[in-house]
Amino acid sequence: MTALVDLSRRPGGTFALFAVTLLCLVAIAAPLIAPYGPNAIAPASRLMDPSLQHWLGTDQLGRDILSRLIFGARVALGISLSVIAISLTAGVALGVGAALSPRAVDLVIVGIFDIVTSFPSIILALALVAVFGPGLGNVVLLVSIVFIPHFGRVARAQTIAIRNSPFIEAEKVLGAETWRVILHHVTPNIIGPIFVLACMDIPVVITIEAGLSFLGLGVRPPLASWGNLLNDGYTYLDQSPWLATFSGLSLMLATLGFALLGEALRDTLDPKLRKNL
Amino acid sequence: MRSASLQIHLAFKLTTALLAVAGSVVLLLTLTRLIPGDPATVILGSRATPEAVAALNARIGLDKPLIEQVFAFFRRLFSGDLGQDVFNGRPVLGLVLGALPNTAALAISAMLCAIAFGVPLALLSARRPGGRVDRLVAFLSVGFISTPSFVVSVFLLMVFSVTLRWFPVLGAGESGDLGDQLWHLVLPTAALAAGWIGYIARLLRSSLLEMLGENHIRTLRAYGVSEAKILMKYALKPAVLPTVAVVGMGFGELLGGAVFAEVIFNRPGLGSLIYDAIRTRNYPVVQGGVFVIVLLYVLTNLIADLSQSLIDPRERARLASGRGQ
Repeated sequence: MTALVDLSRRPGGTFALFAVTLLCLVAIAAPLIAPYGPNAIAPASRLMDPSLQHWLGTDQLGRDILSRLIFGARVALGISLSVIAISLTAGVALGVGAALSPRAVDLVIVGIFDIVTSFPSIILALALVAVFGPGLGNVVLLVSIVFIPHFGRVARAQTIAIRNSPFIEAEKVLGAETWRVILHHVTPNIIGPIFVLACMDIPVVITIEAGLSFLGLGVRPPLASWGNLLNDGYTYLDQSPWLATFSGLSLMLATLGFALLGEALRDTLDPKLRKNL
Repeated sequence: MRSASLQIHLAFKLTTALLAVAGSVVLLLTLTRLIPGDPATVILGSRATPEAVAALNARIGLDKPLIEQVFAFFRRLFSGDLGQDVFNGRPVLGLVLGALPNTAALAISAMLCAIAFGVPLALLSARRPGGRVDRLVAFLSVGFISTPSFVVSVFLLMVFSVTLRWFPVLGAGESGDLGDQLWHLVLPTAALAAGWIGYIARLLRSSLLEMLGENHIRTLRAYGVSEAKILMKYALKPAVLPTVAVVGMGFGELLGGAVFAEVIFNRPGLGSLIYDAIRTRNYPVVQGGVFVIVLLYVLTNLIADLSQSLIDPRERARLASGRGQ
C-alpha cells in the first residue's frame, strides 16, 4: 500500500496507475461491459458516426467500435503479459545459467544474445513472422524470442555482481545445492531490476504486437486487436475517421500508461535514480 | 603505446561487429530452413512440379548443408550477389540498392528533425529542473517516446493529408523534382522523428543536470557567469557526448522502424520492400533486405561506439592508459 502511495506521488504516477488500472478492469470485465459482441456484424449500419446506439461509431462491417476496443484491451494485455512471462522466465534462466556456468557456456549464451540483438526488434519480429506465419500463438512465441536477451543480459549482469558475495559463498560452503542457491538466494536478489524492466517492456510489446497486426502479420482478423482495428481505420480513413482515431488513442493510452508506470516504479525502487529524473 | 591501445580497441570492436553480422547470417539462413513444410513448395504452391521445387531449392541454396550455405552466402556477397527474386529473377542487391536511398533519406531527415527539436527542449527543461516547463517537457517526452510511430503516421495522414489537404497523401514524389520529394518527406519524417525527439530531450536533460552539478560549473556561477552562458557554452558540449552515441545507435533503429512510415505513406524503401516480400513469401528478398538492415544497424552502432571513444577526451585517456577492454 505504501509503495502504491509512493508510486502515485512520482511524476506521471497517478495517470499511470489510473490508465493501467482502467485497462486491466476493462480487459477483465470485457464481456460484461461491452454493449455488443466484438464480431456482431450489422451491414446496414456500417461506418456510422458516434451516436447513442454506438458511442464510438461502427466499422466497415457495422461492428460496434467500442465493443471491439474493449475486447482489444484483452488481446493487447493478454499477449503482452504472456510475452513478458515467457521471455522473463527464459531470459532469467539463460542469464543466471550463463553467469553460473563455465566460461565456454557463458560465451555461447552471450553470443546468441548478441546475434539476436544485432537485429532491430521490429525487423527480427518481421523475419520470424515471415518464416512461421502470423496468428495469435505464433505472435506470442516469436515476440517472446525478441525479448529474451533483454532479460537475459540483465539477469546475467546481476548474477555476476552477486555470485561471489559472502552470503552465496556461505551457502555453498554449507553444502547447498546449486538449484537451491539459484532459487533461494540469486533469484530474489536480482528480480527487482528485472521486474522494472518487465514493466518498461510491456508498452514495447504492445507496440510490436499492434504493429505486426497493423501490417496484417500479427493477430488474424476477426479477432479484435488494436493493430487490426487501426488497419481497418487506415483503410477507410477517407470515409470515417472514428475507427483510426479511437484505436490509435487506445494504443496511446496503454503504451503511455505502462511507460509511465515503469518509470515511476523504477524511481520508487531505485532511490539512486531519483536525483536525475 | 597510445596508438597501439587504440588499435587494439578498434580491432576488438570491429571483430565483435563482424561476428554479430556473421551470426545474423547464420540465424537468417537457419530460419529459412525452419519454414514449416518445404520453402520452395511454400513459394511455388502445392501444384508445383517436383522438378520446379528441386530447382528452386537449389537456387535458394537449400540443397546444401547449412554451413556450406553460409560460406556460399558470403562468397556470393563478396562478388556482389545477394540472390535473385524468386518471381522475376531480378538480383536482390539491385532491389535493395534501389530502395536504400529512400529509406536513408527518411532516416536522416527524421534524425535531423529529432535533434532540431530535442536539443532545445532539453535546454528549456534543464534551465529550471522541476519547474512547469520541465514537467511539461518530461510528460511530452514520455508521450512522444511511448506513442507507436504507426499511430503517429496514421494521425498525421488523417489530419494533414485527408482533412486539411496540406500534404500529399501517398508516395515519395516525382522523380527528379527535389521540392516535391521533400514535400512528400515531411509527414513520414515527423512520424518517425516524434519518438526520438522525446529520447533526445530526456537524455540530454539528464546529462545537462549532471553536468550543471559539477564543481567547475559551481566555480563559474561564483564568478557571476550567466546561467544561459553556462548552459550553452560550458555544460552543453560535454553533456552532448552520451547523446551522440544514442543518436548514432538510433539511426540504425530508424532504418528498421521506417517500415511503418513506408507502408502507411506508400513510400518505396527497404522497409516496404521487405514487407512486400514477406507477403508474397519471396524469401531471398526478405533475407537480402533484412541482412542489409542488420549490416547497417551493426555498422551505425559500431561508428557510434567508436566516435564516442574518439570524441570524449576521458575515454581517449582511458584507452591510452591501456584500460581499453
